[in-house]
Amino acid sequence: MYKYVIRRVFYTIPVIFGISIVVFVIMNVIPGDITSIILGTEGTPELREQLRENLGLNLPLYQQYWNWISGVVVGDFGESLRTGAPILPEILSRFGLTLELTLLASLIAWVIGIPFGIIAAIYRNTKTDIGLRIVSLFGVSVPNFALATIIILVLSLGFNYFPPVGYTSLFEDPLMNLERLFIPALILGVSMAGSIMRMTRSSSLEVLEQDYVRTARAKGIKEKVVIFRHAFRNALIPVLTMIGMQIGFLLGGTVIVEQIFSLPGLGQYILTGIMQRDLPVVQGSILFVAVIFVTINLLVDILYAYLNPRISYD
Amino acid sequence: MSNDPLLEVENLKTYFFVGDQTFKAVDGVSFNINKGEILSIVGESGSGKSVTSLSILGLVQKQSGKIVDGEIRYNGKDISKLSNKELTSIRGKEISMIFQEPMSSLNPVLTIGFQIIEGIRRHNKISKREAKKRAIELLKQVGIARANEIYDDYPHQLSGGMRQRVMIAIAISCNPNLLIADEPTTALDVTIQAQILDLMKRVKDEFDSSILLITHDLGVVAEMADRVVVMYAGQIVEEAPVKELFDHPKHPYTKGLMESIPKIDEKKKRLNQIEGVVPPSNSFTKGCRFAPRCKFAMPECLEQDIDLEEINKDHKVRCLLYENENNSSTEVN
Repeated sequence: MYKYVIRRVFYTIPVIFGISIVVFVIMNVIPGDITSIILGTEGTPELREQLRENLGLNLPLYQQYWNWISGVVVGDFGESLRTGAPILPEILSRFGLTLELTLLASLIAWVIGIPFGIIAAIYRNTKTDIGLRIVSLFGVSVPNFALATIIILVLSLGFNYFPPVGYTSLFEDPLMNLERLFIPALILGVSMAGSIMRMTRSSSLEVLEQDYVRTARAKGIKEKVVIFRHAFRNALIPVLTMIGMQIGFLLGGTVIVEQIFSLPGLGQYILTGIMQRDLPVVQGSILFVAVIFVTINLLVDILYAYLNPRISYD
Repeated sequence: MSNDPLLEVENLKTYFFVGDQTFKAVDGVSFNINKGEILSIVGESGSGKSVTSLSILGLVQKQSGKIVDGEIRYNGKDISKLSNKELTSIRGKEISMIFQEPMSSLNPVLTIGFQIIEGIRRHNKISKREAKKRAIELLKQVGIARANEIYDDYPHQLSGGMRQRVMIAIAISCNPNLLIADEPTTALDVTIQAQILDLMKRVKDEFDSSILLITHDLGVVAEMADRVVVMYAGQIVEEAPVKELFDHPKHPYTKGLMESIPKIDEKKKRLNQIEGVVPPSNSFTKGCRFAPRCKFAMPECLEQDIDLEEINKDHKVRCLLYENENNSSTEVN
């Protein structure tokens, strides 16, 4: 087990290195650069050339990459070209919000998706199952921004409740923090819940047909225990894979909801960075998200091995 | 072996409903199992033998399958109408079951030990430690040498034969009166098959239980059974003590089965076979269900349903060929 974890950690190094190269290349291929944004319409070609030289943008690509990555390795993500503020502290403070939003959304998704998935499987092809499947289809297919708009409209017009906009830190005022994050998290959570429910349903259905479930019943085990002890744990294995991917995806993909609710999260930071061609900001943030993504998948794999004794650690 | 029936199945009908079609998997089956007896049900795939065995424990897939008629009396009490909850106290304790597929019949994420003590603790009020002691004893009883180590292993670490031994250990863990074995050796190597059959015989003698052995292997039947029921297309076509059946098979279907056993002293290029397949259970017609494949079929065979008649003591057959024989024998009596 110990060796397995260490080996898996080592495997992540080439992956992260590869990502850093891809991110760097993509950001340098897209046209336009920061100088035209800093200087605006007043920038003459001479001025822009000079600025480029100051910022190190005139160096050959491999040298630029080296300057960037050698800093990153020791924890120096550089400064924003636009504001001059150091990037890493900015990422970390914004990541806190995104992480909280992601975890809250995931929690909502699991609490809704997993139990209803199991219920749908137990009562398969009944009205309960069909109803749940239709509802889940909405969750899967209605995009975040549409759902957000609908919820805001319903709350404000119907209940005269205006979801608060902006952000209060968890440590400042936990209740306020929860109020501000709950609705965005609900929106993200509901979309995830749909696919989790469908996945849980189909994998539970498959497991409930298995011979070992019949064996458990033949032993005289009570139906509830059969479902939770014998079926659930096996059914959860594919769901776990999906959960890992969803969390990773959310960490970089909450940007739309962050925009709608003016939450200063990581997604918003990346988006602004892209608009302004602020290369170090975008590169640093994406690399950071990639590292988190890889880490979460690593955790899922380790959990996977725990849930499924057939996976060998060697 | 006494003649007290432990289990009486009477006119059992288990149908499956899919869409607007009805599949009559088991269609009016009656038989008894006496105390201490091994009764074997034989038949081709699709003859309804597995569904019969699953019906006894109420394990037929609830979504589409249902016992629509008949009684299953265990020690004189009808258990076919019990709720699932009431049945759980009979399953594993009074009647237990071994399945065909040892490779998939154990839960892959739970240890062998846990899967054994789970059943023991469900039906007996004993501590975990006592249950573990009993489980290790059981593992030794079914011929697993390293019982202490196996206890903490997962199913994927064991071979097929070992897993079937574990299944037997689970099945006998509460000293059941009836052991239903649904093709227990079909998925195993021939050498392992013999060991498993021996084990089942030993267990039966030790606990004085009865066995309902479902199989399509006549070799296994000859080896194990006291009495045999031959099923075809959801019905019993012949029933007889094992020696009588092998010496004097009556029903053309039973004869066909016997002829398709390879014989070591006959030099034949091809084995005999019964032409055709079992008709699908949603399309039974009136009359004998075997008639389309039968060498002796007569027009009368399809005119009306044929009853299972006793032609000799303990020997019943569902065939018009023996109708007269039956009459003459009654006249003699």
